[in-house]
Amino acid sequence: MPSYELNVNHRAVTVDSWDPDQPLLYVLRNSLSLHGTKFGCGLGQCGACTVLVDGKPTFSCLLPVQRAAGRSITTIEGLGTPDQPTAVQAAFIAEQAAQCGYCTSGMVVRATALLEANPHPTAEQAKEGLAPNLCRCGTHTRIVNAVMRAAASPASKA
Amino acid sequence: MTRRLSRRNFLISGGALVVSFRLPSAFAQGPGFTAPAYDLDSFLAIRPDGSVTLSTSHVDCGTGILTAYRQIAAEELGIPVERFSMVEGDTAATPNHGGTGGSTGVPRGGADIRHAAATARQALLQLAATRLNCDTAELTIDKGEVRPAAGGKGVTVASLIGGRQFNLKVDSKVALKSPSTYTVVGKPILRSDVPAKSTGRHVYVQDHAVPGMLHGRVLRPPTIGAKLLSVDESSIKAIPGVRVVRIESFLGVVAPDEWAAIRAARELKAAWSDAAAAAPFATADLASAMGSAPGTEEQTILDQGDTTAALATASKKVEAAYYWPFQSHASLSPCCAIADVKDSGTTIWSSTQDTYGLRGLVAKQLGTPPAKVRVVYLDGSGSYGSNGAYDAAADAVLLSRAVGKPVRLQWMRHDEHGWDPKGPAQLLQVAGGLDKDGNLIAFESKVTGAPGPAWVETLLGPGSAGVLSDPPRAGGPPTTQNLETPYALPNMRVSSRALAATPIRISNLRAPGKIGNTFASEGLIDELAFAAGMDPVAFRRRGLKDPRALAVIDRAAAMIGWQRRPAHSAQESKEASGALKGQGFAYIRYKQAETYVAMAMNVAVDRATGKIAVRHIACAHDCGLIINPDGLRNQVEGNILQTLSRTLHEEVTFAENRVTSTDWASYPILRFPEAPVVEVALIDHTEVSAWGAGEAASAPVAAALANAVFDATGVRLRTAPFTAARLKAAFA
Repeated sequence: MPSYELNVNHRAVTVDSWDPDQPLLYVLRNSLSLHGTKFGCGLGQCGACTVLVDGKPTFSCLLPVQRAAGRSITTIEGLGTPDQPTAVQAAFIAEQAAQCGYCTSGMVVRATALLEANPHPTAEQAKEGLAPNLCRCGTHTRIVNAVMRAAASPASKA
Repeated sequence: MTRRLSRRNFLISGGALVVSFRLPSAFAQGPGFTAPAYDLDSFLAIRPDGSVTLSTSHVDCGTGILTAYRQIAAEELGIPVERFSMVEGDTAATPNHGGTGGSTGVPRGGADIRHAAATARQALLQLAATRLNCDTAELTIDKGEVRPAAGGKGVTVASLIGGRQFNLKVDSKVALKSPSTYTVVGKPILRSDVPAKSTGRHVYVQDHAVPGMLHGRVLRPPTIGAKLLSVDESSIKAIPGVRVVRIESFLGVVAPDEWAAIRAARELKAAWSDAAAAAPFATADLASAMGSAPGTEEQTILDQGDTTAALATASKKVEAAYYWPFQSHASLSPCCAIADVKDSGTTIWSSTQDTYGLRGLVAKQLGTPPAKVRVVYLDGSGSYGSNGAYDAAADAVLLSRAVGKPVRLQWMRHDEHGWDPKGPAQLLQVAGGLDKDGNLIAFESKVTGAPGPAWVETLLGPGSAGVLSDPPRAGGPPTTQNLETPYALPNMRVSSRALAATPIRISNLRAPGKIGNTFASEGLIDELAFAAGMDPVAFRRRGLKDPRALAVIDRAAAMIGWQRRPAHSAQESKEASGALKGQGFAYIRYKQAETYVAMAMNVAVDRATGKIAVRHIACAHDCGLIINPDGLRNQVEGNILQTLSRTLHEEVTFAENRVTSTDWASYPILRFPEAPVVEVALIDHTEVSAWGAGEAASAPVAAALANAVFDATGVRLRTAPFTAARLKAAFA
């Protein structure tokens, strides 16, 4: 079975995939047991599967593993932990910016990239930046507030 | 949603005409209305270390209800809230306190927990009185210790009962703590699940794994009711490890590798019959066809005065037909379940809102006693009612039984959007009359819709496999809750008519029926205010005496900066872009008898593009006693934004016998750039018990928005969703 060398959360890993076109999402979840990245649509329409690939927010449900090879991938698990959350994650917790939370991993990852590119966005810019990601519970207000809170925090470099 | 004793099933059960439109007072009163004969130990266990485990069949679903339960129990028991943990929805570990739904989590489930905790408190006081040789009246419980209120040495609750059982029944008449002394209830305690959810560590049913588990996918027919004729397994021979499962017209695949299962389901060639006998239908026909489609006789639910005569003699009469479309739960994750079917017993992990209900269905599917089926709840993505969770569990059971191994079954996006049972369409025909002074003298409303949910007998997989052969039950008439007008008047008639058939399966979707009903009833009130030449808020205020109703109305109007004027100021006010500005208002008392909600909106409408920009939504909300203000606020905000999405965008579309809105492009929902400023005022009434908040603020959203668009443009929107295409057509 072909194998691929990836860098996931600052760690070099080798994964096997019978299909070079297997999306990265399933490799993360099933080969590497990184369950924080979620399947939502498999179509690049909802953002639940968002990860950073070489720092850029990317739909992992659309990225074939062969094209992820050799690249640097950051998943939600590669950011903070419940005990040591990043500034963005701490802001999500402080704002209680979740209901079911199924979209939250993708939101946090996209928000992290957004603040990396624009550390002090306006609320409108934050909304535009989050546009690829869907929330069904209607927590949009809280998520935007969390992004603005993270931007204002002293440790805003996520 | 709730299938035991939920209000809406209570109302439709028996299939008879339900005259009691206003709820029995016991239901409306909150705590005390259940008659708990439950074993206290089934709810609550105090551990030797002083921690407390609460058990309930109610489940969180991301609503934060478990945090509210911990607060309620901590308050009554005098034990710090951090020491409480929850066990939810495991038929092997939690007693059956009913399913979750209908906004009953706090008024029903919370009341049960409050009584259980209060019963435990009394028991602890008695145990301590014996130990300390004093009277229970002298004792108090604080920080997990029972001690004399006047001071002195106490004993910990752990030393009194830790690790042992109470062996008591929950006392429905037990003395309850006075809300005026509350220190935990009413506080914005943070939810314990948010740190794990924000760091990707929360375990959803989608993340659960059991040893030896295979991954499964299903293949649904191309049209509803089509039969499977043949399967060409050679079409997937290049995909490793796949096994095809065919049971009559049920078709699925399993494989050790999830991606293999996905590709096999995508590439497996199968031949299906043409659609079964069902008549072709299309979305475009539906609104006009519903009025004359065959169904039951119209049932009068409420009849006061002589509405027909009053409408005939009214100085001004307004008649209108409103339409609310079929909508999907559109859960962010397609449903998922893991089933392990063994001769010795079956275990299912599911995000169902009703583990006991699912257990019964699966037992029937397998032909085994319910005791041989265990259903364990794990969070999924939000479900907002009975989404595809039951069907996914039944699919997993079929696959696991066929291959003799545990199977994790997840639907794909097109399965979820295409096949989840839908919130039903409603046709709402309304009329109102004014006297010569502009007073409201008559109101008539009629809902026509699919018969009430009877979807449980029509689970997809078992139906295709020929396992469940019971014919679907006849459902009750569509709900008329919030289809009456709350404003004082002499003549009102409210009626309901069930269609003989529904083109697609239906189930409860958040605030079932109430959004469409309020869209029509509060839309018509706005139309009547305009006919009367009156300010819509003033028109509403005039018909209300209840101070709690007036309080929410005044608060919402103040928050938005309501500009008092006769309804409709079309085209007088513009944004810099030229978009037309408008304000809209709606008020409801949920289910006529519960939470009070008033909602005001500011919008801007671009006539050229037909696009509505909602700028600001103000909501004043009074559900009585507030358990957790931040959890409540989160629910209210979610109600508003989700229903704004449903109102602006959402409609299940059909072509012949299939759903064509099968992804987020064909069934779009609200995206961030459209999210308005949402401002919520919570009005706390500690002296009255808590009603639910999981649905109420959904109900007035569509009406308030339509009324605001009318104010901006003079165009009355009576068909949802308010898409840009629909508005452009209306402006043309």
